[in-house]
Amino acid sequence: MAKLASALVSRLVIIVPYAWLLFFFLIPFFIVFRISLSQTAVAMPPYTPVFDLAGGLAGILEKAREFSVDNYVWLTDDALYFNAYVSSLVIAAISTLLTLLIGFPIAYGMAKAPRSIRPTLLMLVILPFWTSFLIRVYAWIAILKPEGLLNQFLTTIGIIDQPLIILNTNSAIYIGIVYSYLPFMVLPIYSALEKMDNSLIEAAQDLGCTPTSAFWRVTFPLSLPGVVAGCLLVFIPAVGEFVIPDLLGGSETLMIGKTLWSEFNANRDWPVSSAVAIILLMILVIPIVYFQNVQAKADSEGK
Amino acid sequence: MMKSLGSIRRSFAPWADPASKPFISVKNVTKKFGDFTAVDDLSLNIYTREFFALLGASGCGKSTLLRMLAGFEQPTSGEIILDGQNLAGIPPYRRPVNMMFQSYALFPHMTVENNIAFGLKQDGMPKPEIAERVAQMLKLVKLEKFAQRRPHQLSGGQRQRVALARSIAKRPKVLLLDEPLGALDKKLREETQFELMDLQQELGLTFVIVTHDQEEAMTMADRIAVMSHGKVVQVATPAEIYEAPNSRFVADFIGDVNLFDGTVIGVEGGSLRIETTSGIQLRMASPEKPASGAKAAVAIRPEKIRISRQPPDHAPVNTAEGEIWDIGYLGDMTVFHVRLKDGKVVKASSLNAVRAVEDPLGYDQQIWISFGEDAGVVLKD
Repeated sequence: MAKLASALVSRLVIIVPYAWLLFFFLIPFFIVFRISLSQTAVAMPPYTPVFDLAGGLAGILEKAREFSVDNYVWLTDDALYFNAYVSSLVIAAISTLLTLLIGFPIAYGMAKAPRSIRPTLLMLVILPFWTSFLIRVYAWIAILKPEGLLNQFLTTIGIIDQPLIILNTNSAIYIGIVYSYLPFMVLPIYSALEKMDNSLIEAAQDLGCTPTSAFWRVTFPLSLPGVVAGCLLVFIPAVGEFVIPDLLGGSETLMIGKTLWSEFNANRDWPVSSAVAIILLMILVIPIVYFQNVQAKADSEGK
Repeated sequence: MMKSLGSIRRSFAPWADPASKPFISVKNVTKKFGDFTAVDDLSLNIYTREFFALLGASGCGKSTLLRMLAGFEQPTSGEIILDGQNLAGIPPYRRPVNMMFQSYALFPHMTVENNIAFGLKQDGMPKPEIAERVAQMLKLVKLEKFAQRRPHQLSGGQRQRVALARSIAKRPKVLLLDEPLGALDKKLREETQFELMDLQQELGLTFVIVTHDQEEAMTMADRIAVMSHGKVVQVATPAEIYEAPNSRFVADFIGDVNLFDGTVIGVEGGSLRIETTSGIQLRMASPEKPASGAKAAVAIRPEKIRISRQPPDHAPVNTAEGEIWDIGYLGDMTVFHVRLKDGKVVKASSLNAVRAVEDPLGYDQQIWISFGEDAGVVLKD
């Protein structure tokens, strides 16, 4: 009896993540997908067809004929969407690279710090999360605007005499994304570096590596899993980022999150904005799944 | 072939020849970590092709000394000369020494082959030569079939071989081994000890090994430096260390020993007369002749003590009466714990040369222990 109970419990434990995925990913995904195949309508909800159980199975099938891929075709017709996707990917890629360039040295420094102060450093990295994300992004407006803190500081110490125009440009977006997502880059890299055995570096030096070449031949390759994880954690949300381009970016900044928002709220076109969301998901998921497949294959070949 | 190597081995004693020049010279080296002195004004000479062991309990400074030879630590004072070159300020990657790490420190992201080739690639050796050298190393450690494996796919013994192959691939002048067999089980460790010795002979390298295992040091090394608290207590061949320890510490550290404390009461020919605190009369051969009344201790190894049912002919000298207190049967030999009249327990061991003994010694039996004049060593401290 106890055996049966423990078997049930272990089944239940496996079910939990699947149930989570089903309710919070798959079902919402299908709802969005279904809306993306619908037509916009002046109604509540603002699309057709709306299924009605009163019509019976035949009625549902009849209405399902109204589904079409028109919205997707429409997206390809208008260059705005294509440009928004490309520009989002480019901005996210540049931001990810910048975050890596800043995050790696931070993680490396933390991993090399004396063991006793590492928990403190770790807490400092996580500390910004204790304040609302929105408030922190608003704070950057105060810092970056022409009469803001940064320009006041730079003019006071005499480096510049005309205020720098940073706010409402792509530079402000990069600053915002790098700042907001830095912990997601630092933490996985830190955890990869921290568990690395220091004797590996000594062994590399013993075999003739200078500290620099030991870094590139041993430390960096061994930190790659952390680097990849960090880059994905920054890149994926950055592509769909909406708040940062909206608050810090200018009117000429084109990002898919912003486009989606105006399609949904200003235009009230749920079907098109759903199609935008589905394509965004495909752009992100397909390369990652492919990449992981390749990696799994390479791993199993090594064995 | 092996026999001739063995005979070379036996006659190898450059340290006894005043004309031979040491290959590694450690001169008055001190290493401090904050307040803690890990190595304390230590001097040592190691000769070409020598298999030299640093032996001591953990924390005695042996690993620190090895890490100074490798260049991972710099001496606080003193100098280390290797092949005529002062190593001060020379970083690890420019030293003609390689180290085999206790943890093996194999690169987990590289195959066995690439681990072995690591140092060669770093030196910019041409590719065909690297391939040839790696193949040679793999053959030497019998891992040809495992060239494409990753370290985590190997057993402990195989990993140990990869680490060894990697550390000798660059043909260093000196190979430093930090507890190289510590992670292996007993049987594999014993096999590997002999393989290491053969390898060292074959390659003609100088080996410096750090170990806390006295058996390992005794088996492999030409000479052993026994270390304690950052200092070398004795440097000598395994036989000298065992048979002629220079101090109580060494006698006690290496193997089992019975120590009799007493007072010198006179000299008889080449021997010292000593009376122990419990009144046992001893006559021991000793090159040194302390004056009467001086404190002395006599160290006698268990296998040099005989047990008999009758008092020996030389009674009352070099003998004592007691009873069998404990018997430990080890197969190849039996260890007896004999309780003397004054309560002191003496260890005596005897080889089980025949399979069945008629009337073996039993518990509580009254017996005599005895030993020859040259059985023990007189220690001053």
